[in-house]
Amino acid sequence: MSDALKIRLRGLKKRFGDKVVLDGVDLDVRAGRSMVILGGSGSGKSVTIKCILGLIRPDEGLIEIDGRDVAKMSREERAAILDRTGMLFQNGALFDSLPVWENVCFKLLAQRRITRAAAREKAAEVLEQVGLAASVGDLSPAELSGGMQKRVALARAIAAQPDIIFFDEPTTGLDPIMGAVIDGLIVDCVKKLGATAFSITHDMASARRIGDDAAMIHKGRIVWTGPANALGDTGNAMVDQFARGEREGPIQMELRK
Amino acid sequence: MTRFLDLLALIGRALISACRTLGDVALFALAGASHLVRPGFPFRQFGRHFVEIGYFSLPVVALTALFTGMVLALQSFTGFSRFNAESAIASVVVLSVTRELGPVLAGLMVAGRIGAAMAAEIGTMRVTDQIDALTTLSTDPMKYLVAPRLLAATLAMPLLVVVADILGVFGGFLIGTVKLGFVPQIYLARTFDVLQTMDVVSGLVKAAVFGFLIALMGTWCGYNSKGGAQGVGQATTRAVVASSILILALDYVITEAFFSR
Repeated sequence: MSDALKIRLRGLKKRFGDKVVLDGVDLDVRAGRSMVILGGSGSGKSVTIKCILGLIRPDEGLIEIDGRDVAKMSREERAAILDRTGMLFQNGALFDSLPVWENVCFKLLAQRRITRAAAREKAAEVLEQVGLAASVGDLSPAELSGGMQKRVALARAIAAQPDIIFFDEPTTGLDPIMGAVIDGLIVDCVKKLGATAFSITHDMASARRIGDDAAMIHKGRIVWTGPANALGDTGNAMVDQFARGEREGPIQMELRK
Repeated sequence: MTRFLDLLALIGRALISACRTLGDVALFALAGASHLVRPGFPFRQFGRHFVEIGYFSLPVVALTALFTGMVLALQSFTGFSRFNAESAIASVVVLSVTRELGPVLAGLMVAGRIGAAMAAEIGTMRVTDQIDALTTLSTDPMKYLVAPRLLAATLAMPLLVVVADILGVFGGFLIGTVKLGFVPQIYLARTFDVLQTMDVVSGLVKAAVFGFLIALMGTWCGYNSKGGAQGVGQATTRAVVASSILILALDYVITEAFFSR
């Protein structure tokens, strides 16, 4: 385990119109560790990931990857960061117009690191890693079940052997068994690659399975960080209420005015 | 006085909004077109869209042109016979089709078919995070989604209009000779006597401009769609309406540029 910081966020702020989504997020993610961010719907989890990936520009704050300020990077340097990043989207975000094998090797093909013939073989190999037969590669994403789509999305996220992988609600929409299977695959793949994982979820079982460290975001701020295996008994009233799914506690359901 | 100021404010807001949209579209077009001359152009995507636009639009464009040519000959005969000017029908058909009806009707048909499909496909990609996924996969969405569509539509439309021109003229010829009793050789001779290179060239230039516009509005509306299915539906409608209106407006501008004296 390394003590080096892979990702460092300081004072990250983002608002959409009048709505403050991130209100000064401070977070450290150590290299080679799996960090899980917990939080309710609309707490700013997805926006945090999108800010780190450069999909959304934050209003204020610092984002460092490998000790370098992302905002001060050139276009090429940012592209280089994305080259060694993988992302599993909540709904898979597979490209409907391409067969599964092309989805899996999309980045390798786009960067011309591989021929189309070699990409087919590589896709079969990566699909096998996520428990899918090579023949799935010839199917269209629309022909797959939700669980299979998640596996293909995971295969796409790891195919280029990234050293940082982001997981956006990896088990949302899956039954508990399939959720556990996906979590197991995530843990295996991340360990095999030696990558740093950054996941967001509101599934407590999933958070415990895939996380080394955990943090809770509430109203755009990190309110707790600690080991993932302590979830449910952290001594922090907000985290414990969230982990146990209790109605009563410091977190109140907000009604939209 | 307050009402007057409110009205002025309303007009001002609408004007500012229109200018902002125009600027957005222009920047979007530049960003997309810039990838045509940068390395790594996705030729595979270009080929797919070229076939989709140029080949699969052929039936609808061909039928539209054929029937338009037929109706034009019939209507011209009805009108011109009042002035004993029936002999001008061949000229009217060929000039109308090559200069105006071929490119405009093909443009409107392709806008309905392709512009809507582009907006729906890219809009769906937007609302299902596929565009963000492209970015995380080290691929510029403008290069992968917009540039090949712009080039494919700009190149495919003139080819479609050549087919539309031929079938439109053929439709007029068919009605002229079979129903109205013209001698085929004389009808064709009159057609080619009056036809000049500039008539065809102006139509092809219009077609290329209309193709670019259809792809631009389809991709822009899709790229900026928001929300779920409703947002995609609205983007599709906006793409077809905007490209249809722009086709008609630019038709006038190009006609003025080619033929005004």
